Amino acid sequence: MAAQEAEHRMRSKPDITTDAHEGVNPVQSGCAQGSTYTLSPLQAGPYCCIPEPVIQVKALSLFYGGKCALDTVTLDIYRGCITALIGPSGCGKTSFLSALNRLTDLIPACRIDGAVHIEGENIFEDTCNVQQLRKRIGMVFQKPTPFPLSIQRNIALPLREHGITRRTDVDVITEQVLRDVGLWDEVCDRLDTPALSLSGGQQQRLCIARALALDPQILLMDEPCSALDPIASGVVEDLINRLSGRYTIVIVTHNLAQARRIANYAAFFWVKERERTGHLVEFGHCQQIFETPAHPLTAAYVSGVKG
Amino acid sequence: MANKQIVDTGKPNHLLRDRAIQLLIYLVVLCVSGIFLWILLDLIRGGSALLSWDFLISMPRDTGRAGGIGSILVSTLLVLSIALLVALPIGWATAVLLAEFIPAMSSFGSWVRYSLQVLAGVPSIVFGLFGYAFFSIYLGMGFSILSGGLTLACMLLPILVSTAEAGLRAVPESYRLSAAALGMSRAATLFHVLLPVAVPAWAAGLLLGIGRAAAETAALMFTSGYVDRMPESLLDSGRVLALHIFDLSMNVPGGDAPAHASALVLILLLLMINLVAMHLTHLWQRRKLNTE
Repeated sequence: MAAQEAEHRMRSKPDITTDAHEGVNPVQSGCAQGSTYTLSPLQAGPYCCIPEPVIQVKALSLFYGGKCALDTVTLDIYRGCITALIGPSGCGKTSFLSALNRLTDLIPACRIDGAVHIEGENIFEDTCNVQQLRKRIGMVFQKPTPFPLSIQRNIALPLREHGITRRTDVDVITEQVLRDVGLWDEVCDRLDTPALSLSGGQQQRLCIARALALDPQILLMDEPCSALDPIASGVVEDLINRLSGRYTIVIVTHNLAQARRIANYAAFFWVKERERTGHLVEFGHCQQIFETPAHPLTAAYVSGVKG
Repeated sequence: MANKQIVDTGKPNHLLRDRAIQLLIYLVVLCVSGIFLWILLDLIRGGSALLSWDFLISMPRDTGRAGGIGSILVSTLLVLSIALLVALPIGWATAVLLAEFIPAMSSFGSWVRYSLQVLAGVPSIVFGLFGYAFFSIYLGMGFSILSGGLTLACMLLPILVSTAEAGLRAVPESYRLSAAALGMSRAATLFHVLLPVAVPAWAAGLLLGIGRAAAETAALMFTSGYVDRMPESLLDSGRVLALHIFDLSMNVPGGDAPAHASALVLILLLLMINLVAMHLTHLWQRRKLNTE
């Protein structure tokens, strides 16, 4: 219950102070510092210390055609935390991520076993409203994917699709989410210009803003920084950090340092050599995964010996 | 030493080859536009004397040697409109179905695609015989504009479907994925994102189709007939421009000048349709998209 209260507090206070997160492990410091939430959401309270699963993945297997790409993954993703998925290419991280918002539906011949419960509700049931589900779960892709429309319309189009059509509402939300991603000052005087004329980092932040506009609970991010230059990548990373607490974030990243910097939890995936089947090796607190990994494979991977 | 050698022997050779290829490309381009210009000039030379407003609106007399092409223009436009009205919705809907709603590798999809490929390769005279047997005789439309238009529609389908499908498939998959991830319905994605991106390809297909339909002779000989009077209804027979040109140059001694003039009208008509269609496409895309 404390967690929900904390969430409420954070939601009602969208302008969270941005600094002072660099290098701080939230799990550690959050516990120690108690409830001073002015510093940053990560340090804001006992939030991450009372893990409350919002996504429960139960024995999820994923097949492309007859081939098993992901083998019986079971793990919980906790509310308000950043969970990083790490592991070598081809180990099924992205497939896992797109199973969470059923984007796998778009891939022909993709079959899924097992269950994913979001807020207790199995998303693979036929009764699940996929459009509503995807509204609740935002997704950001590796390459920035703004539509070839104006900046304004990139945000307005999905809003319209979910019934928000009043011009004033759309304008308010647009400004709010662009401020949230730190893009407002850069583009407020040219909202009618094409989104594709923005730089890569700006495009990526626009995509994040577009996802935020639908007021999701969960954000899925598939290597959101890997197509960006180091500076833009840093800006986006700061942004992700700022968003944690307000949103539950699942992020795929190949950048171990980044995972270590921003994540509360980490899940390490590995791919079996022969069958090319991905599976979950270890899941735990980020610090534990990086500092005292339980599995020798994890130890080898995070220390750079393997992978 | 080695460097110098590379610079000395390599460069002129490369330069020469590049120049040669450039020259070749220019020559080919010149040839293509030359052929078009030749045809156009020949038509203008032979037909411009006859061409006048009067020629466009008055009825043909003396099997076309005298008078104008008023009734023929009307028949042409009617046949073309019917063909497009029928073929566009069916063709474009099929393209959307194939590109967006059916997995690319599904057996149904490949079966439809295969039958369209076969249709595209069927000679137009076969379409004419089919149209005659099916629309004119079996459905009892007789020699009529309607029968001709429907036959043309069948001919246009493969072109329309394949160009529109290719256009949709060329739209980056990332648009579909991100639209789906935002909880957008497929219809909205299609209309607001995919179609505006794909519309130039659709327009190109449409123009190819119009060109082919307007030039069609054989298929219409058996279906819309070649009576050169003004059609009274869609169930009346009517002669299209291409058929008029064919008849004048093959069967009517002394019909060369009106044949040239008619051909000139046909080409100008197509040019005009092309320009208008391209302009509309551009306008619509500008309204829906924002990329510049």
